[in-house]
Amino acid sequence: MKINNLADLNALKEEANKRLEVKWKTKIVVGMATCGMAAGATPVMNALKEEIAAGKLENIEVSQVGCIGLCEYEPIIEVFEEGKENNRVTYVKMDAEKAKEVIKTHIAGGKIAEAYTIGAGGEDNISSIENTQFYKHQQRISLRNCGVIDPENIEDYIAGDGYFALAKVLNGMSREDVIKLLKDSGLRGRGGGGFPTGLKWEFAFKQDSDKKYVCCNADEGDPGAFMDRSILEGDPHSVVEAMAIAGYAVGSDEGYIYIRAEYPVAVKRLGIAIDQAKKMGLLGKDIMGSGFNFDLEIRLGAGAFVCGEETALITSIEGNRGEPRPRPPFPAVKGLFGKPTILNNVETYANIGQIILNGADWFSGLGTEKSKGTKVFALGGKITNTGLVEIPMGMTLRKVVGEIGGGIPNGKKFKAAQTGGPSGGCIPASLFDTPIDYDNLTAIGSMMGSGGLIVMDEDTCMVDIAKYFLDFTVDESCGKCGPCRIGTKRMYELLEKITSGNGEEEDLDKLEELGAHIKSASLCGLGQTAPNPVLSTMKYFRDEYISHVKDKKCAAGVCKSLLSYIILEDKCIGCTACKKVCPTEAISGERKEAHAIDQSKCIKCDACVQKCKFGAIIKR
Amino acid sequence: MKKKMTTVTFKGTPEQEAQLIQVIGEYKNTKGALMPVLQKAQAIYGYLPLEVQKIVAEGMDVSLAEIYGVITFYSQFLLNPKGDVAIDVCMGTACYVRGAGDILDKISGSLGVKSGETSDDGRYSLEGVRCIGACGLAPVITINGSVYGRLKLGEVDKILDKYKEKNI
Repeated sequence: MKINNLADLNALKEEANKRLEVKWKTKIVVGMATCGMAAGATPVMNALKEEIAAGKLENIEVSQVGCIGLCEYEPIIEVFEEGKENNRVTYVKMDAEKAKEVIKTHIAGGKIAEAYTIGAGGEDNISSIENTQFYKHQQRISLRNCGVIDPENIEDYIAGDGYFALAKVLNGMSREDVIKLLKDSGLRGRGGGGFPTGLKWEFAFKQDSDKKYVCCNADEGDPGAFMDRSILEGDPHSVVEAMAIAGYAVGSDEGYIYIRAEYPVAVKRLGIAIDQAKKMGLLGKDIMGSGFNFDLEIRLGAGAFVCGEETALITSIEGNRGEPRPRPPFPAVKGLFGKPTILNNVETYANIGQIILNGADWFSGLGTEKSKGTKVFALGGKITNTGLVEIPMGMTLRKVVGEIGGGIPNGKKFKAAQTGGPSGGCIPASLFDTPIDYDNLTAIGSMMGSGGLIVMDEDTCMVDIAKYFLDFTVDESCGKCGPCRIGTKRMYELLEKITSGNGEEEDLDKLEELGAHIKSASLCGLGQTAPNPVLSTMKYFRDEYISHVKDKKCAAGVCKSLLSYIILEDKCIGCTACKKVCPTEAISGERKEAHAIDQSKCIKCDACVQKCKFGAIIKR
Repeated sequence: MKKKMTTVTFKGTPEQEAQLIQVIGEYKNTKGALMPVLQKAQAIYGYLPLEVQKIVAEGMDVSLAEIYGVITFYSQFLLNPKGDVAIDVCMGTACYVRGAGDILDKISGSLGVKSGETSDDGRYSLEGVRCIGACGLAPVITINGSVYGRLKLGEVDKILDKYKEKNI
C-alpha cells in the first residue's frame, strides 16, 4: 500500500492496531537481537511454533522482537494476555524444551510456568520484567519499541504512532519550526560529545547550497557499547523516520547511514526498513504528497575505530582511508563531497520522533539542567544484570549499578565503573553519588561517550585496564598526526614496562606529561581523549600504580610478571591433579603430601589453579 | 591493524573475475564507490590479493597505490584468506574484564596459531577482534559465525574438538 497523505497513514495505523490488539488472543514475543540469537533464541522460536501447531492451539501470535534489555537472562520470551491478572509474563533462560513446557503449562493449561519466570526462586515471586528493579527505574524513549514491536514489520511501527512525526512535520511545520522545537528541547548528541542537535541542524540549514546531506553515525566502535546496534535491530524505522525529518529541516534530499559491518543483523533489518519505507512512499519522491523528496543509502564500515569521528566518517563514505581532517570548516558547512552535512548518532535520531510528537517541554522536563532527556547505557563487565538500560539523565551511578544493575556478583567488592570507552575514564567508588550527565562526567575526568558502562571489581587491575585501552588506541590511531600516532605508542610502552615489573617512579610523571601533550596537540577526538583512561586511573588509583612500580606487586592478581603461584600447605591434600596438568613440570610432591611449585620453572599459565578443587593454589 | 603481505598463491577463476567486473560496472555512477566495490570483491574472492586489486584499479580508474592504501587502513580487508575454521575472540572491554585475554591465549596454545595468523595448512585462523556487541554473553568467541558465549577456559578444547573433523 502506498501512503499518499495523513489520512492514509491514519487508516493504516487503525488497521495495524486491530491486528495487534491482544483482546481476543495471546501474544508471545521472542527477543531476537544479536545477543538473544547468540544465546539460542532461534531454536526457542521454532519450538514455540511446533508446540502450538502440535497442540492445535488457536488465536496465538508468535513474533520476533528486538532486544528486551536483560542480556544476562537471554533467551527471553514474554507472554501477553489481555484481561488477566498477570497480563505480561517474562520467561528467561529459555531453551527448546522449556519453551515447549511454557506452551503446555501456560498457554494450554492456563497456569504460569513458575519455574522459568524472571523472578523464579525469589522471595517476591515476580513474574513480569516490569516489576523488577532492573526495569522499574527506567524510562524508555529511544528504546520504547525495542522488545515490543517486530522490527521487520513497518505496520507494527506505524501502529505505535510511527511516521506520524514525519507526517506532522510535513503537514504544517516550517523548517524553522522544526529546528526551534529541537533547540528548545535541549537534545544533545548521544554519540559522546554532547553537541546540541538543534544548533547543528541550524548551522546546516543556514548554508546556501544546491545539495546537502544527512548522515547517521552507526559506526558504534566503543568496546562495551551496543545501544545503537540494539536500536537498529529492534526499531530501525525510528532512525529512518528521524533522518527524513532532518532532511526536511535542513533542506536535504539524500542521506547515508554509515554502519559497522560487524553488525550483520542490524544491517539486514535496516535494509528491510528502508525498502518498506520506500515501497510505502515514506521515503523517495513526494513523500505523503508534500513535494518533499528524501532517499537513504546504507554504507558499510570496514573496521576502523577512527571512522566514528565525524570528519573521518565522511572521508570514509567518500571512499578513502578514513582519516580525520582539521575543523573548521565543520561538516555543517563543508562535509560530505564538500557539501553541508549533518551527522547524528543513532540514539540521537531515535529520540527525535518522540520530541516532535510530544513537544519540547515534555523532553526538557526530563533530566538535569544542562543534559535533557534520557540516556541509554550498556551495563557490562562484573555486574549481575548485564543489559541495556535507559535512564533519565542525573541518576546516580550508585542507583544504576547497585539497584538497576543488581550489584556485583560473587560477593566481590566494587572498584570502578568505566564510561566512554577508550575516550573515557574510570570512576572510583568514592564518586558513586555523582549524578550522571555530560558535564559531571567530564568534570571528573571521564566522559559520557556513547554509553558503555563497564563495571570492575577487586579482581580488575587498573594499570592493566589502562594498558588495554592504550593498546586499543595505538592500534586504531590512523597515523595522520604525530601526537596521537607516536605519543600513544610511547605511553603504551611505559605501561608495558610497569606491568612487566620494570617500572620506575619517574615513569609515572612521564605518563602524565605525555598524556597532557597528546590531549592538547592531537588532530581529532580520538587522540585528544586517548590519554583519559590512563590519566583518570592515575588520578583515582595512584596507589595501585605505585605498588606496581615500587613493591612490584599487582594486588588484583592480573599482571602475570608480578605474580608468584604458591601452594598453601594446609589446604593441599596431595591429590597430584596440579602436578599432572603442569606443562613445565614445575610442581613436585608425593601423593597425599603437600606439593610445591618451583618458581624458576613456573610459566604462570594458570592451569594448576583451574585444576585445584581445594583452593590450595593462590597467586600473589 | 598490522597487515602482512599476501603469502598464498592466487587461484582466481575467470568466473570470479567476470563477477567482479560486473560489480564494478554496477557502481560506475555511484559516488564514493571504492569501499563497497572492495567489500563485494572480498565477498567474491574471500580476500584481496594484488591480482584482485589490479582488476579493481583498472576497472575503476583508481591508482593501485590508493587501493592498497584503503585496504591496509581498514581491518576487515584481508590480504590473506581466513582459515577454513575462522575463530574470532571478542576483545571488547566487557569480554576482556571477564577473561577474554586468557581465552585467546588458550586457543592459540591449543592450535599453535598466533592471534592474527592462519595456520600453515590454511585450516585455522585466529583473531582477537573488536567488540561484537554481545557484551551480555561475555566472554564470547565466534567460529565461522557461530557464537559461543559465557565461555569458561575449561570449555575451550571441547569446542575446538567439534571442528577437528576435516569436513567442516
